[in-house]
Amino acid sequence: MTTVAKRSPELPGSYLRAAGHRFDVRKVRGDFPILRQQVRGRPLVYLDNAATSQKPQVVIDAISRYYERDNANIHRGIHFLSEHATEEYEAARRSMQAFLNAQDTTEIIFVRGATEAINLVAQTYGRTHVGAGDEVLITAMEHHSNIVPWQILCEEKGASLKVAPFNDSGELLLDEFAKLLGPRTKIVAVAHVSNALGTVNPVRRIIELAHQQNIPVLVDGAQAVPHFHVDVQALDCDFYAFSGHKVYGPTGIGVLYGKSALLDAMPPYQAGGDMISSVTFEKTIYNRLPYKFEAGTPHIAGAVGLGAAVTYMNGLGMEDIAAHEHDLLAYATEALSAIPDIRLIGTAKEKAAVLSFTLDDIHPHDIGTILDQEGIAIRTGHHCAQPVMQRFGIAATARASFALYNTREEIDALVEGIRKVRKVFA
Amino acid sequence: MPDLRDLYQDVILEHSKAPRNYHELKTANHKAEGYNPLCGDRFTIYLDLQDDSIHDIGFQGSGCAISKASASMMTQIVKGKSRAEVETLFDRFHKLVTGQSANGNQYQLGKLTVFSGVSEFPVRVKCATLAWHTLRAAFEGKEEVVSTENT
Repeated sequence: MTTVAKRSPELPGSYLRAAGHRFDVRKVRGDFPILRQQVRGRPLVYLDNAATSQKPQVVIDAISRYYERDNANIHRGIHFLSEHATEEYEAARRSMQAFLNAQDTTEIIFVRGATEAINLVAQTYGRTHVGAGDEVLITAMEHHSNIVPWQILCEEKGASLKVAPFNDSGELLLDEFAKLLGPRTKIVAVAHVSNALGTVNPVRRIIELAHQQNIPVLVDGAQAVPHFHVDVQALDCDFYAFSGHKVYGPTGIGVLYGKSALLDAMPPYQAGGDMISSVTFEKTIYNRLPYKFEAGTPHIAGAVGLGAAVTYMNGLGMEDIAAHEHDLLAYATEALSAIPDIRLIGTAKEKAAVLSFTLDDIHPHDIGTILDQEGIAIRTGHHCAQPVMQRFGIAATARASFALYNTREEIDALVEGIRKVRKVFA
Repeated sequence: MPDLRDLYQDVILEHSKAPRNYHELKTANHKAEGYNPLCGDRFTIYLDLQDDSIHDIGFQGSGCAISKASASMMTQIVKGKSRAEVETLFDRFHKLVTGQSANGNQYQLGKLTVFSGVSEFPVRVKCATLAWHTLRAAFEGKEEVVSTENT
């Protein structure tokens, strides 16, 4: 199972150093050039990592090096550079296979991001397996990208979208979820980690329950893979989606993992070059996996950059990253809870390093503007999860989300910033 | 560097905490709903129009301090004004919050000039103008929700 940040008793201040931890956040910060700058005359405090993460120098260098030395189109040229670029691209695929512990490289499809991965499954697996009167089951804490593709599918097919509720802490009600599984359920799609609440869903259990009725499960892992090790074979999920830019890689690249038996049986998503084996005007034979789902020239540099990002994370150690973020979350949860009139939105026992909150009746937009003046970047709004906001009866939250390069001092700055917000609105 | 006090002036904070004309209008013959999908701000404007002039106005909804104070102060200034006069005011107000206003153009805006600080915070312009867009929609009797993203 996954290593997750739990709310725990306060850790001693020197926890990381005292334990002789290998993880040295000062050194890690040096790997990220963007963090060296001042914003509005203050050191940048970047706490909007659930939106996108910053990039280490090794990722920036890998992309530059690719364009400076290796750039060519892949899979078809017979020349030196094409061979080289192909090898780089396929090496990145092998990194993704290892990163997710997929059984085979053919199960790794490069896509633009988690959104495209989910749309791909909805439009291929979904369109061939979901019919009139059928059901698609999601949870009430999904990002819009794991709601709308299924809504479109259900509308087209005359199927219905079922939504499993969560409790006041932001924890999925598993009993209710189980009750919604039935003979009409054709696919389940759930977030591994909620972007708005930080909740880590019990996906292993969800998958077990669905598999008991032979229902495949897609896991939206966009907010999970940055925070802890994910093993798709241990989870036994049928599809797993994530975005590269949230794991220190470039934008415009992401991964869809799918079990090869399912992918094999699915029709292609987009049609074009590279996804075919042979074409005549009478008939086209599709390429084998994974190329069947990679029409057109892919984002080669993006895949190379994402490969470098995963290598970077592995170098630090996913367990050490998880431990560091666990410490940040525990520290921040305690510090923010001590501020009068603050309400944490999402207090599940199992959480990733995301803190959503409201402050008295001060609108999150105003909180965001005032913090921005202090050089602190947070996200404010509905976080593309409007049903979550509706569940809590609020229009928006302020959200601080942490990454491996954040420090306790930055959380102190956040707390200080929130005090300033209170002062302005006093 | 922009100063927060320019944005959050006392008058603005005061109006956001105690908005004026903050109620549904029973006598309303026009209404419209405005929505900013980027931050979730949502206001309904109720108009009692008599001969193309605003006899009475009310509003309800939720939003940030800037959008709420802007709506509150707008309802005060537009009462008794004709549609043409409101359009002129909106045009001047828009120029004010986007930093295109020459001093001479501000004379009619009165207390609304406290919003000049918004021009230093471009992402907040939509907050300041949401109520005005909604008011315009109410004049036109638009049924659909007016969004800051379609204007």
